[in-house]
Amino acid sequence: MTELTRRTLLQTGAAVGALVSMPAILRAQAAPVRIGILQPVTGALAQDGEYGRLGAQIALDEINAAGGIKALGGAKLEVVFGDARSNPEGGTQEVERMEAEKVSAIVGGFASPIVLAASQAASRYNIPYICDVGVSDQIVNRGLTNTFRFGPGFGIVTSTALENLVKLNEAAGKPAKTVVVVHEDGLFGSGMAKLLQAQLPGRGFEILETIAHPTPSRDMSNVALRIRALNPDLVIPSSYYAEFVLLARTMQQQRIRPKGIYAILNGAASNFRFVKEFPDAANLVMDCNHWADPRKAKTAEVRRLAEAGGRFWLYNTPLNYSCVKLLADAIERAGSSDRAKITEALANSTFADHIMPYGPTKFVNGQNQGAAPVNTQVQNGDIKVIFPDAFSDAKPVFPAV
Amino acid sequence: MLQIDILLSALANGLMTGAVYALIALGLTLVYGVLHVINFAHGATLTAAMFAVWAAHDGLGIDPYVAILFLTPLFFALGYALQRFVIGPASHGSDSNILLVTLGLSIVIENALLAAFRSDTRSIDVPYGFSVIELGNLFLPLPKVIAFFASFLVAALLWGLMAHTDIGKAIRAVSREKTGAALSGIPVEHVYAVTFGLGAACLAVAACLLMPTFLVNPRVGNAFVLVAFTIVVLGGMGSVPGALIGGLIIGVVESLSGLYFGESLGQIGIFLIFILVLLVRPAGLFGARA
Repeated sequence: MTELTRRTLLQTGAAVGALVSMPAILRAQAAPVRIGILQPVTGALAQDGEYGRLGAQIALDEINAAGGIKALGGAKLEVVFGDARSNPEGGTQEVERMEAEKVSAIVGGFASPIVLAASQAASRYNIPYICDVGVSDQIVNRGLTNTFRFGPGFGIVTSTALENLVKLNEAAGKPAKTVVVVHEDGLFGSGMAKLLQAQLPGRGFEILETIAHPTPSRDMSNVALRIRALNPDLVIPSSYYAEFVLLARTMQQQRIRPKGIYAILNGAASNFRFVKEFPDAANLVMDCNHWADPRKAKTAEVRRLAEAGGRFWLYNTPLNYSCVKLLADAIERAGSSDRAKITEALANSTFADHIMPYGPTKFVNGQNQGAAPVNTQVQNGDIKVIFPDAFSDAKPVFPAV
Repeated sequence: MLQIDILLSALANGLMTGAVYALIALGLTLVYGVLHVINFAHGATLTAAMFAVWAAHDGLGIDPYVAILFLTPLFFALGYALQRFVIGPASHGSDSNILLVTLGLSIVIENALLAAFRSDTRSIDVPYGFSVIELGNLFLPLPKVIAFFASFLVAALLWGLMAHTDIGKAIRAVSREKTGAALSGIPVEHVYAVTFGLGAACLAVAACLLMPTFLVNPRVGNAFVLVAFTIVVLGGMGSVPGALIGGLIIGVVESLSGLYFGESLGQIGIFLIFILVLLVRPAGLFGARA
């Protein structure tokens, strides 16, 4: 046992004093608001999930550094992170855990099947759910009052993509008439292919064939061979990252050069990693997808923060950044961490301080009416915006050959 | 109607892909044939090898084919050590325990790779990555042609090793009669570890052959492992020529059924052939009759 000296006695006294005064400090600090961030960070979709989580984290850090939720006395946002493990069951389980951890709202999901299941589970507990990417229109067509989608669904994306495609083709003197659609065979790709089949013929394009492929795929040679046999003017691929990279490489190997590769919601065509690793295969590939608004000053700042960690600039990051900011604004206006009040604030939201190319939010049945995609094209190792004209930074190169 | 050169391309592609499947299945069939272990860590080990190829290329600028020279012995050593110091001791000799240990190991390897390399899908760009050999209207990607012949070479080397060397004879002795082999002085634990090492070495070669045309992320091994298990059973468990022929068959069947029934249904062809073969020859194509 140590001897009790005057010094230790003084130290102990000071420590006890500090402890006694602690509750006063704790009272001054408002209780944090818990936010569930749900992303698939393991499994097949882990890459997208990580980039989504990165965007959410940048927004959370920014909000907390700026003094938290002012209406709640500077309450900090506290993240409850959930890994959806790339499947709907994983997403649902994490929502159950988030319910147990008393989150006020959930943001994320990434893939349509995960968002469908997770937002459904969240609706049982009236947890407001903001979908970051999930493009299937089923997500907002079920009448769930807790579910909000900030970005565009594939209905909006497809019609915008087709309008721009017609513009592109007409400006070039209509070189493209025939199309092969390549899509992943899940909820997102199949739904998209149906829309294309319905809408392409009416816009003057003939679909030669629609080729479905599974995710993951070991080999895309057959798909490439069929494209070669059909010799279409345009290839429209909708796949996740790895499969499109394989397809683009195989097409290059097989010397398949259509007049254009016009991707819609493609996992790789707007990804700097793909552009960096395969400059030749990626060059002149076009995509209609989510993209941050390059005109907004904040976009450059978020991009710098994302790239500082050695990451590439992907749409998942600005979308999740914006979704978390949208939620923080709703909590601020609700002046409460109560789920029902946040849901109401979201439903009436006119939030504009985001970095996507949308105006102020306006939700109708949970869908943000202002949400819109942009068209990009890989040009000389960079990803340029070619539509809409309002903020395009390059002219489209079409036909590519 | 499909053109004839499309059919020939699909056939050639199926053979080339099948040869790499065979190489992946070789390690699995060897480990099964000798240790009677269904190695669930096979896919994760392949992923680790692919990351090693990627890291060697990205960090040190080493060509994947040059990497064969040092990754093969490295993975042999790794496989040896895994069996000797992890799987062997942890399983206490029980087959069901080994199953769980290899399953656990695969989860550990996958997550370690996820932590070390993050979830990004990566690929390498080699100067010959897009080179093709032209045969009339057929474009055969050079890396796939190399992979095809290299797989045969590895299978031949492995077969020679099993047939003509002391360690090969010891491996065969242990696989037939473990107790008898131990009684005649064969160090069973050592033979087990060598076998496991050979399995891992095959994966290292397969990874080096795959990377010029494929990609890697922490889950990529799973895409190959189910097909490798199918090949092992189809070819006859433990049979080296069985794995080779089985791999080629599966590659061609997958390619042709993908071409005719659509990519999503290509896998069905594999299992149809699998069931058919097992109905006719329950022990597999080259399996010993029970």
